[in-house]
Amino acid sequence: MLNFIVRRLVQIPLVMLALSVLIVALTMLLTPAQRAAGYIRSDQQAAQLERIIRDRGLDQPFPVQYGKWLQSTLSGDLGFSKSSGQPVLDTIIERLPNTIELTLLTAIPIILIGVWLGTLSALNKDRFIDQVLRVFAVLGYSLPTFVLGIVLLAVLYGYLGWLPGAGQLEVVNQFAIGDLRRYTGMLGVDALLNGRFDIALDVFRHLIMPALTLFIVSSATILKVMRNNMLEALTSDYVRTARAKGLPERTVNLKHARRNALLSIITLGGFLIIGLLSGSIITETIFAYPGIGQWVVQSALQLDVPSVLGFALLSAIIVVVISTLTDILYGVVDPRVRFD
Amino acid sequence: MTSVPAAPPASEKRSAVRDFLSSRPIMKLRRNKLAMIGLVVALLFLLVGFFAPIIARPAADSNCVRDLGASSPQQLANPLSGVFWQAHFAAPDTCYAIERESFSPVPSPPSEQARFGTSQGYDIFYGLIWGTRTMFKLSFIIVGITLIVGVIVGAISGYYGGWIDNLIQRFIDVLFALPGLVLTIILITFLKASNPGIDPSLPIILAYTVTGWASYARIVRGDVLRTRQLEFVDAARSLGARDPRLIGRHIVPNSLASVITLAVLDLGTIPLSIAALSFLGLGFPAGYAEWGQLVDFARAWLQPQYWYVMVYPAAFIILFSLAFNLFGDALRDAYDPKTR
Repeated sequence: MLNFIVRRLVQIPLVMLALSVLIVALTMLLTPAQRAAGYIRSDQQAAQLERIIRDRGLDQPFPVQYGKWLQSTLSGDLGFSKSSGQPVLDTIIERLPNTIELTLLTAIPIILIGVWLGTLSALNKDRFIDQVLRVFAVLGYSLPTFVLGIVLLAVLYGYLGWLPGAGQLEVVNQFAIGDLRRYTGMLGVDALLNGRFDIALDVFRHLIMPALTLFIVSSATILKVMRNNMLEALTSDYVRTARAKGLPERTVNLKHARRNALLSIITLGGFLIIGLLSGSIITETIFAYPGIGQWVVQSALQLDVPSVLGFALLSAIIVVVISTLTDILYGVVDPRVRFD
Repeated sequence: MTSVPAAPPASEKRSAVRDFLSSRPIMKLRRNKLAMIGLVVALLFLLVGFFAPIIARPAADSNCVRDLGASSPQQLANPLSGVFWQAHFAAPDTCYAIERESFSPVPSPPSEQARFGTSQGYDIFYGLIWGTRTMFKLSFIIVGITLIVGVIVGAISGYYGGWIDNLIQRFIDVLFALPGLVLTIILITFLKASNPGIDPSLPIILAYTVTGWASYARIVRGDVLRTRQLEFVDAARSLGARDPRLIGRHIVPNSLASVITLAVLDLGTIPLSIAALSFLGLGFPAGYAEWGQLVDFARAWLQPQYWYVMVYPAAFIILFSLAFNLFGDALRDAYDPKTR
């Protein structure tokens, strides 16, 4: 088991290294001056473009540049983000918790409700409830995130006025957050920890629509996969054996069939979080939510290369770490995987 | 799928088509009513895209009509004139510019002139119809390139194995370490930053090609690994067939079913993905006929009296997505060995 975990963990730095070579190679498409522009913070510095190029070796051959880039990146210098007006790393530290807060608020209900509805659908195969859920599933994953987001925005904000349409906080509360002690960086959680329930509620109200958008699109996928797994498990030999032993229907369904059907949900959960990362790019932009997704779109629009690079590295880390974790978790629950 | 013989000789083509239509997966597909409705609607969209010059006829004084050298827009609908063929097979870029009814950003309701109303002064109907054409044009190009590259790389990887296979597969692993949307945004930012004034379609095509081929390569590799040890391949080899012939005539045709399934699914997902990109502002410049920006325009006009700004584009895109998903799911199921 330990062997399996170590083998998987070693892959993380290797993939990251390969990916960073690829990403830095992409920057070679740009001129040295364009690359140097990524490190400029002020007008005075713009005059010293030549010096920045020389200091950072931006006119050197690729391997030298890669070495220098790796050195400065590992020391936390990811360049300056034109779109946010501060260093890339600071921007990430400021915005990432917001995206994590949105993702957490979305992922937990998606998995719980998706699994529950998928089981329900499979156990009632071809009955009315199954038909309804299947229609919901097809609709859910057919709705493109950006269209669904705009429709929700128009209905819940434009027509009904029930929910706020943009941002993270009402203007009134924006001054109050200075008083909060930040424990996690996640505004809603921090407000709760500080006992400021009014702010937490406000943050939550702003989170409902982006979370709902992601929920509708993603829970449909979990529902569908869970239904298929469950149907497959229900026709398997061990379920037949369990029935033959005379176990009650409920035990057979929940203990034997569902446990096995849940296995692949672990992998799917990993994909889900990675999918939410992509989804958050679109939803955060629609609802002007200050996470990393909205920032990368702003950066891409301004052709702000260091920001886009920083985001690329960050998402690669997230993806690689999460897929490694799901692999290990899968190995823990299903011993067959370990011996591959 | 493994025991399917290699492609039959040309003389049997007629019966091959009939064989295909009555093969088990296709029969299963044909019995699925929803899938068939999906297929019909998807084909309708294809026709709408192709006949855009007739359905959304450009105005008499438009640059499109001028560049086509037509004396009147009616000529576009007359198959006896050369203009008809030019408009349908090689429409000049000016035809893809959405007709602008006014320069006022305030939407105007559906009328004789603009059947679905206008948004930012742009004719929504014209944008959607010609947008369908843009989407299909790009999708066919992208799917075509990714399919060819993917099949070739996948076949080489699977057939030769060893270090070539290892190298290619690890490279794909690295590509898959980034979510598709993230990789697309990175590539587009770099391509735009390094080539100012580039034709907007080019970065999109390139970015989707780079992100897309790997899935095809993975599928083909898997199939090749399975088929390359089958008897008929050994038989062909013992008759003196060389590697390229073995791969091209005997091995690749056997994985075409799964590759073509993926290609059909891609034809449905790529337009939506490009629309999402344009919605974010990273696709085409304002006024280019495509779907995403029409949804983006709706964001500023959420009040009930401007319903048409959102309802038409959203309904159009959802219908497209639903049709492709209904058909695509059934197609995937039909060829999925598990569900047989």
